[in-house]
Amino acid sequence: MTTLKTVFKRTPTLKDCPTHYCPGCGHGIAHRLVAEVIDELDIQGRTIGIAPVGCAVLAYDYLDVDMVEVAHGRAPAVATGMKRTNPDKIIFSYQGDGDLASIGAGEILHAAHRGEQITVVFINNAVYGMTGGQMAPTTVLGQVTATTPRGRQKMGEGHPLQISELLAVLPGAIYIERCSLHNPAQIRKAKKALKHAFELQVNKSEGLSLVELLSPCPTYWRMTPAKANEWIEKEMTKVFPLGGLRNSELTQ
Amino acid sequence: MCGNEALAEAAIIAGLDAYFGYPITPQNEVTAYMSRRMPEEGRVFVQSESELAAINMVFGASATGKRTMTSSSSPGISLMQEGISYLSGAELPAVVVNVMRGGPGLGNIAPAQGDYFQSTRGGGHGDYRTIVLGPSSVQELVDCMPLAFDLADQYRMTVLVLADGILGQMMEPIVLGKKPRRKPPAKDWALTGAEGREQNIVRSLWLGDGVLEELNYKLQAKYREIEKKEVLCEQYEVEDADVVVVAYGVAARIVVSAVERAREEGIKVGWIRPITLWPFPSEQINRAAEELRIFLTVEMSCGQMVEDVKMAVAGKAPVVFYGRAGGGVPSVEEVVEQIRQLTIHAKR
Repeated sequence: MTTLKTVFKRTPTLKDCPTHYCPGCGHGIAHRLVAEVIDELDIQGRTIGIAPVGCAVLAYDYLDVDMVEVAHGRAPAVATGMKRTNPDKIIFSYQGDGDLASIGAGEILHAAHRGEQITVVFINNAVYGMTGGQMAPTTVLGQVTATTPRGRQKMGEGHPLQISELLAVLPGAIYIERCSLHNPAQIRKAKKALKHAFELQVNKSEGLSLVELLSPCPTYWRMTPAKANEWIEKEMTKVFPLGGLRNSELTQ
Repeated sequence: MCGNEALAEAAIIAGLDAYFGYPITPQNEVTAYMSRRMPEEGRVFVQSESELAAINMVFGASATGKRTMTSSSSPGISLMQEGISYLSGAELPAVVVNVMRGGPGLGNIAPAQGDYFQSTRGGGHGDYRTIVLGPSSVQELVDCMPLAFDLADQYRMTVLVLADGILGQMMEPIVLGKKPRRKPPAKDWALTGAEGREQNIVRSLWLGDGVLEELNYKLQAKYREIEKKEVLCEQYEVEDADVVVVAYGVAARIVVSAVERAREEGIKVGWIRPITLWPFPSEQINRAAEELRIFLTVEMSCGQMVEDVKMAVAGKAPVVFYGRAGGGVPSVEEVVEQIRQLTIHAKR
């Protein structure tokens, strides 16, 4: 008789429920990584999460922590109000590229500038998902979306916005890293980065930590999930190179 | 102490945990005062990057169960409307002080009452109300602050304190911290970390069939209760009056002086002063309209509250408006002259 051993299971902070995300979407992986990090750091009981406006608006249906849903782009301001009044709680926002890099560009910039002791999970899938695949600030040149039928043009529509690089010049942002969810090796790296970002907050490090995750959106990229992962590796990482952009905790 | 500083200290006495604000004239003394006093008390002060951020910082602090507020002036309050709508949908308590100035647009920095519609009709998107307090002296402004926090906590909604540039800048003798306080309800909905309990979620998105409609009816039931229980107004010599003047805030101060002077001339005139602008003292005004008399509404606007007065009077009596706009302030003599004219008409 063989003995069965559990080698992989649902992490407790990830709820046991069906997903509403499209096949091949990266949000499910990102949710799971966040949940694993929360469980490994044993902070579930003192964590407050902020759901964005976008596909992940229902993040609280999956993550078993206290959560709030806020106006489009305003998560870093809401997080500021929460963290300043609750310095012992772990506050994180989960934001997409439209939310963080477009309508909420001001809020993330100033939260980082003030060095708010919060953690930001930034999902970059180069497109607006929830509203039907329109151009995002992170849409790459030539990419066809619902609002760039001729492909994104540098003149008039602009180059893709590398907001993490912009944030990385601010002293208040102590840790910025770009990772990707397109293959298991990259997913493991992303987990490590997320854990470090949360750990900095747990250790009361003086500043904001942000992990950008390149994430597939097969539906609005009009690709199969496998092709979408390939596209991240071949195209997206050219514009959004992976790796650490700032880690002042280490360099100090 | 000017009105702005007095309201700030009153908020601190009322148990304010966190203040978030952005500079704008004529309320800058609030932000400056808070930047000094809140850290002294070991509480939170943040100068935000915009009014949009300020109201969302309030949203965040409130979601964790803290007593929190922001203050601004007309253009800044416009920027906060998104946040106030979200606060209303999520049923979060908040206090917002608007030290009104002249508009529209950048307008000017003179006192005005042009934000009455915006304040009493919700102001942002969706079917919601905010409680609106319209004090007319620095003492009343001070007394409004603990009341505003109590009402916000009790009904889980935004309470607007509607002042203006005169009240904010004016110095008057005041007594601080005198008002009795309501017992704040337990905030078992607050986000404090899910340790030892189920997760709490604060949200305003309801996609299920009919769920949002239900939420709206729940909000409306709360608003009806407030209309029944929380109306505040003051009236003076209405019983025998041929003319009743309705005014709020600083305009009411001018009306009080004008009515005294008109009485000295033998004119039978009284006044009604709404203190809560929403809920509006419609019943009190309607009762006063039982007798045949003329209503004169005086505002520092082109006529906004006058619509509520007309609705309250419900066609029982004539309603006349006199106002000055864009930072213009009516003089006592101007108002007395209006009363004289109306008395001549009443006698005819």
